[in-house]
Amino acid sequence: MSEKFTKSMARNIFYGGTVFFFLLFLALTFDTAGVLPDRDHRENITEQVALGKKVWEDNNCIGCHTLLGEGAYFAPELGNVYTRFGNSKEAIIGFIQSRPKEGIPGRRSMPQFNLSDEELDAIAEFLKWTSEVDAAGWPPNIQG
Amino acid sequence: MQYQSQAVAKPYFIAAIGLFVGQILFGVILGLQYVIGDFLFPEIPFNVARMVHTNLLIVWLLFGFMGASYYMVPEEAETELHSPRLALALFWIFLVAGALTVLGYLLVPYATLAEITGNDLLPTMGREFLEQPTITKIGIVVVALGFLFNISMTILKGRKTVISMVLLLGLWGLALFFLFSFYNPTNLILDKYYWWWVVHLWVEGVWELIMGAILAFVLIKMTGVDREVIEKWLYVIIAMTLITGILGTGHHYYWIGTPEYWQWWGSIFSALEPIPFFMMVIFAFNMVNRRRREHPNKAAMLWALGTPVMAFLGAGVWGFMHTLAPVNYFTHGTQITAAHGHMAFYGAYVMVVLAMISYAMPILRGRAAANSEKSQVMEMWSFWLMTVAMVFITLFLTGAGVLQVWLQRISESAMPFMVVQDQIAIFYWMREVAGVVFLAGLVLYIMSFFVGGEEKTAQA
Repeated sequence: MSEKFTKSMARNIFYGGTVFFFLLFLALTFDTAGVLPDRDHRENITEQVALGKKVWEDNNCIGCHTLLGEGAYFAPELGNVYTRFGNSKEAIIGFIQSRPKEGIPGRRSMPQFNLSDEELDAIAEFLKWTSEVDAAGWPPNIQG
Repeated sequence: MQYQSQAVAKPYFIAAIGLFVGQILFGVILGLQYVIGDFLFPEIPFNVARMVHTNLLIVWLLFGFMGASYYMVPEEAETELHSPRLALALFWIFLVAGALTVLGYLLVPYATLAEITGNDLLPTMGREFLEQPTITKIGIVVVALGFLFNISMTILKGRKTVISMVLLLGLWGLALFFLFSFYNPTNLILDKYYWWWVVHLWVEGVWELIMGAILAFVLIKMTGVDREVIEKWLYVIIAMTLITGILGTGHHYYWIGTPEYWQWWGSIFSALEPIPFFMMVIFAFNMVNRRRREHPNKAAMLWALGTPVMAFLGAGVWGFMHTLAPVNYFTHGTQITAAHGHMAFYGAYVMVVLAMISYAMPILRGRAAANSEKSQVMEMWSFWLMTVAMVFITLFLTGAGVLQVWLQRISESAMPFMVVQDQIAIFYWMREVAGVVFLAGLVLYIMSFFVGGEEKTAQA
């Protein structure tokens, strides 16, 4: 690099740039926080939905599935599973309940988590709420 | 070794390599589960193996960063470490806590682990990469604070170089942003928003400062180029890293419920994120071309040059490939992401830690500067085996990803996820073969430590 461009100039660009862009990031975050309630419909986060998120986390569902595209890529996307299963909580509950304990020979299979009826209902409610989040038109189609 | 206390780096490096082996073994298991779905089921389900794979990666890289810091900082500050005993105590605490956590993953169902570790009191578990029990997370913070105290005190009492300051900034940033892992609101969208403040601001932010500092240190030592020149480069590189990377966080805010304007902010700034990596390539090759000495450790030189190249390919090129919002709309959450993740982590962070180990370990083991010719040749073979294997892992996952996107999301007759997975199985098989080659490279790497012979000294 040229001699005219000194180390202290480089340092100033680093500190100045970092502070400037971090503040801009905070400003955008502030704006996002204001807009989000209209997009995530937080008024619909009932105790059941909250419990559903807890069940989701306590069983490490993200270790195989994606949710709004984030997670592992071993099992189907679940952000829109409620719509994919025909807007049916029962279909979701039925699927989770019916997983064989010993798996399926040669194939991927979801473990049997032995969830209680309350937990099953909660996870279905949580997935229903997630499907109603305004995710800018993602996923591209019903297959997720 | 110029300072006695640098010796504490050695156990950190050994632990890092040991955990690296564990990470790769679980990687091979996961790759097999992709094609033989019931492999090890229900004893080790996919989600458990993946958690072990990713968590071991993070933990061994942290061991590597800490070992690198303990080695670099005394030399940079020109003084002994503030407290070598604290460094050793923290080593054992971190190792035992890490081992217990992994055993917890493997021996009890995750829901039971959550229950017995008190996840109900402060739920932080069950989120990607942040699966550790809350008490483990608290342990990580304690270890990090002790480590930062030790390093900061050393730098405060000694010479303050740009390399130490950049390293310190990166390490404090690492600890600071990890605190967001304790924030887990019931609102999934907010949860996801701030989850990225740990994950993105780590790997596309402050970790790059640590990487830059380590690379700069190794290049100064290996090439003998004037510190002023290297430090100027370092500032410019990390300036570009944070100028592009902070707002680059926006590329994770396209489809998770956040407003559409993030598609513009995220696309524009993350498209610039390859720049600092490209500058690292220019920087490293330039410094080596201008070298003032012929360092006898050719293996370390290979790692130091390989790091920026692979980081640029994995983080830069493979990241750019799917970072623009209109592309990401189709590729989000597919094997394309997995392809990018593998090569980026290997190129940027695995390789920079291995470069540091390659440079420092011979000295820590009492040699003047380098291992024997024979040992170095073996290490260089392991470099090529692991690196080429990783290139192929990435290419095969990219092939799988492109097909997946087409069959599942673009084609007129889009197919369900599991049907598509069967269609692309051939790519998963080839990835698994490449994974086994990687493991072979890693075995060779470890063997290279046990090759004796006369140590290589500098030629005139």
